[in-house]
Amino acid sequence: MKFGVVVFPGSNCDHDAWYAVVHNLGQAAEFIWHQSSSLGDVDAVILPGGFSYGDYLRSGAIAKFSPVMAAVRRFAAEGGLVLGICNGFQILVESGLLPGALIRNRGLKFICRQVSVRLETADSPFTNAGGRGEILRIPVAHGEGCYVADERTLDELEAEDRVAFRYVENVNGSLRSIAGILNRERNILGMMPHPERASDPLMGSTDGLVVFRSMVTALAPNR
Amino acid sequence: MSAITPDLVEAHQLTPDEYRRIVEILGREPTYTELGIFSVMWSEHCSYKSSRLHLRKLPTRGPHVLQGPGENAGVIDIGDGWAIAFKIESHNHPSFIEPFQGAATGVGGILRDIFTMGARPIAVLDALRFGPLDDPEAGARNRRILEGVVSGIAHYGNCFGVPTVGGETVFDPCYNGNPLVNVLALGVFRHDEIFYARASGVGNPVIYVGAKTGRDGIHGASMASAEFTEESKQKRPNVQVGDPFLEKLLLEACLEAMKTGAVVGIQDMGAAGLTCSTCEMGSRAGTGIEIDLAYVPQRETGMTPYEIMLSESQERMLLVAEKGREEEVLRVFRKWGLDAVTIGVVTGDGLLRVKDRGVVVAEIPTRALAEDAPVYDRPYTKPYRRAPMDWPEAAAADVQADLVALVTSGDLCSKRWIWEQYDYMVRTNTLRGPGADAAVIRIKETGSSIAVSLDGNERYCYLDPCEGVRLVVAECCRNLSVVGAQPVAATNNLNFGNPERPEIMAQLVETIEGMAEACRFFETPITGGNVSLYNETLGEPVRPSPVIGIVGLMKTGPVTPTEFPRPGLAVLLVGGLGFSDWRRFGGTQYAKVILKALWGLPPALDMDYEKRVQAAVGEIVRAGLAASSHDLSGGGLGVALAECSFSEAGVGAAIELDSELPDHVLLFHEAPSRVLISTEAPEAVRQIAARFGVEAPLIGRTQEVWLDIANRGRRLVHLDVRSLREQWENALPKMLTSPRH
Repeated sequence: MKFGVVVFPGSNCDHDAWYAVVHNLGQAAEFIWHQSSSLGDVDAVILPGGFSYGDYLRSGAIAKFSPVMAAVRRFAAEGGLVLGICNGFQILVESGLLPGALIRNRGLKFICRQVSVRLETADSPFTNAGGRGEILRIPVAHGEGCYVADERTLDELEAEDRVAFRYVENVNGSLRSIAGILNRERNILGMMPHPERASDPLMGSTDGLVVFRSMVTALAPNR
Repeated sequence: MSAITPDLVEAHQLTPDEYRRIVEILGREPTYTELGIFSVMWSEHCSYKSSRLHLRKLPTRGPHVLQGPGENAGVIDIGDGWAIAFKIESHNHPSFIEPFQGAATGVGGILRDIFTMGARPIAVLDALRFGPLDDPEAGARNRRILEGVVSGIAHYGNCFGVPTVGGETVFDPCYNGNPLVNVLALGVFRHDEIFYARASGVGNPVIYVGAKTGRDGIHGASMASAEFTEESKQKRPNVQVGDPFLEKLLLEACLEAMKTGAVVGIQDMGAAGLTCSTCEMGSRAGTGIEIDLAYVPQRETGMTPYEIMLSESQERMLLVAEKGREEEVLRVFRKWGLDAVTIGVVTGDGLLRVKDRGVVVAEIPTRALAEDAPVYDRPYTKPYRRAPMDWPEAAAADVQADLVALVTSGDLCSKRWIWEQYDYMVRTNTLRGPGADAAVIRIKETGSSIAVSLDGNERYCYLDPCEGVRLVVAECCRNLSVVGAQPVAATNNLNFGNPERPEIMAQLVETIEGMAEACRFFETPITGGNVSLYNETLGEPVRPSPVIGIVGLMKTGPVTPTEFPRPGLAVLLVGGLGFSDWRRFGGTQYAKVILKALWGLPPALDMDYEKRVQAAVGEIVRAGLAASSHDLSGGGLGVALAECSFSEAGVGAAIELDSELPDHVLLFHEAPSRVLISTEAPEAVRQIAARFGVEAPLIGRTQEVWLDIANRGRRLVHLDVRSLREQWENALPKMLTSPRH
């Protein structure tokens, strides 16, 4: 299958996502420029980490207006798989494709750390290769990763089994320790931890591969 | 146009002699704009006029060196057609005046130096020096400066997308009024992708790229060439503001433009902005450059030629393109949404000619500005030093309590609070990040990795600049050997006080000579660097603070950890217990933290033995025999053993020593040439050590939970490593949140 990695001018984890997919996973991938209004023939889209357009206003606030996000919206509406990592997650909530918001970390500082997250549902195209309750070692690196939403939304996320990942130790103050969520149709995942940084044994963990492998599995029957 | 008066000349920090020379070069009085141009190009910061004569003593050539000093960065060969560009730069003065932006633009400046060469930045390390956080008078300010500097580095590096992988932080009262912020950056590229900062080809267009020019940073270079006084805070407008997102665009656009083949030469606009980039590019190529300021993109209205030429607005580049192929280059910058404008042309007359809407406002030979700056052989005497030779010998009260005090002291405590604010993993190449002896970065393109270490020790260098800096070079190389890397080249940052004082000049001269000797001996030529002088406030100079960064090469693979990984391993001290007399003890961390004193001489270094220890350790590690390896430095054996016990697994060691030294000297002396190795194969390790003529006594075994140290059967230390680790981790946050005063 072929992954599309969206490149905003301030993306800086685009190469890392590409490397994880191509070298650690053995799948094809190509970059998609932010001004492109088409995604080409990709089977799934990754919105990588970084600082999209500088993010001086609010992370992802400008990115939602980009031509490529219009294409991503259409792709998602047709059931395409969209994975937003870190800044990608921020862009997805800013775009309204996922509920809630990501605000500054509780400690007000950027945090780069290897953390443990619990996989909360295996019922999704992003987590089917894992087991519910499994603890994964995946790093975080963000300044605005504190997930917030109103109580009703949070209850809904839980009731609909849409919390994909939770921090074992809540590093940034996220409500209910949420690290990653799914949309209602379960074809969009936004997560703050970086699975592409945990895809190579030399980087200390390969737990992040679960996400990419699940996507390959989910799309395989369609081929 | 203002008349040039002696007062105006003095206000530009030019001496009457220098002014006479300017008149001689021009054959006339300079214009006001020309005076400004000379003042920045001939400032200490840009011209190295006090240090140049002595810098020539440094070794600059070696089998791996592709480009030595004189370009934007040094370049070394790493095999398979790939190369590394690297260099260190200081941003000390701006970081004192405005810590956040000062440090941020320091990172921005050195990154531009790297990608100007055509290399993609892959890592940053910083050497930071601050006044003590609990200083009774300056503590609050020191804490504010530390927090500002760290968040400035994080802001810029994280957004740009370069991992900050290591460095060191030291606290000393001599930095109360003069913090040091030295940033080392490295980039990777192919041999055939190297670009030079040369304006070749008469008739080629000169193109301005990036941010618009504003009034920020005017005279930044001159500010960095003077001591601080009470009025220095008024210089805040001289500090520039950084925009890392714009820099990221500039990086991508420049690398893409270079691939078109239409770029002839390129240089970033750093210190002295447009002035420096134009005349240096012309001077290197032996050409002239003519520009018209009317075409320069400007952020503000009504800027004078003087202001435009001296502005240090960030995120700007100057490039020369092949005539007729401008459009290929301009198209790339448009794609990235950047301003790119042809502002002039390369000429054959060797002159920097600056016009303002067609009217010539400055006309100076490029060579005179860049190369013919005055070179001073400043008088030097004996190095400035006020420490006594001897100190009454103190008996240790409680070495266990001392060990706890040391690992929770500013210099030796965990710096996690600092480096967790840096994205040290982006680009997924960081095999070993911050908090270790050396950082290790994988080069995906080649299957090899590079190791980098950054070191300094102002206490040793104050006691004896020459011996001190040799120790610093030795330690830096030793840090590379513990991960199995072969040191190949170095970059240096020389941070000193006012060179016009003969005692300070003597520190600088002796440091350079000691560094030259050590770098020659350890085969780590200096490929570039930076000199930062006038680090003084109200006449108080910093201690001599040379910082050296050394790059080593190694195969890509799992990196040997610093900490003991599991119980039951043999612990060997490669290099032996070492020795120190009382006089050589006065520069140690023990003397600093426990005795609050500084005296005598730095530890004795036998460079030949040191080299053999490093060779042995390198071989042991590369053979896969070491389960962990860690070099001994600040705090000596006691602190190194504690650091080895700080893994998450909580593995300590039972250590039995056999020494006649007093307890505190035995545990905390800082004799070099020693490395702690834990291993399952002690005999194989000892055999390798023996082959290099190095002792490697077995001093104990790793064990669960406890760090026990005894000498000749007498217990000295019995500590739970988990609780010790917690204190070590929490020390810095505690200093920042609950000040003692």
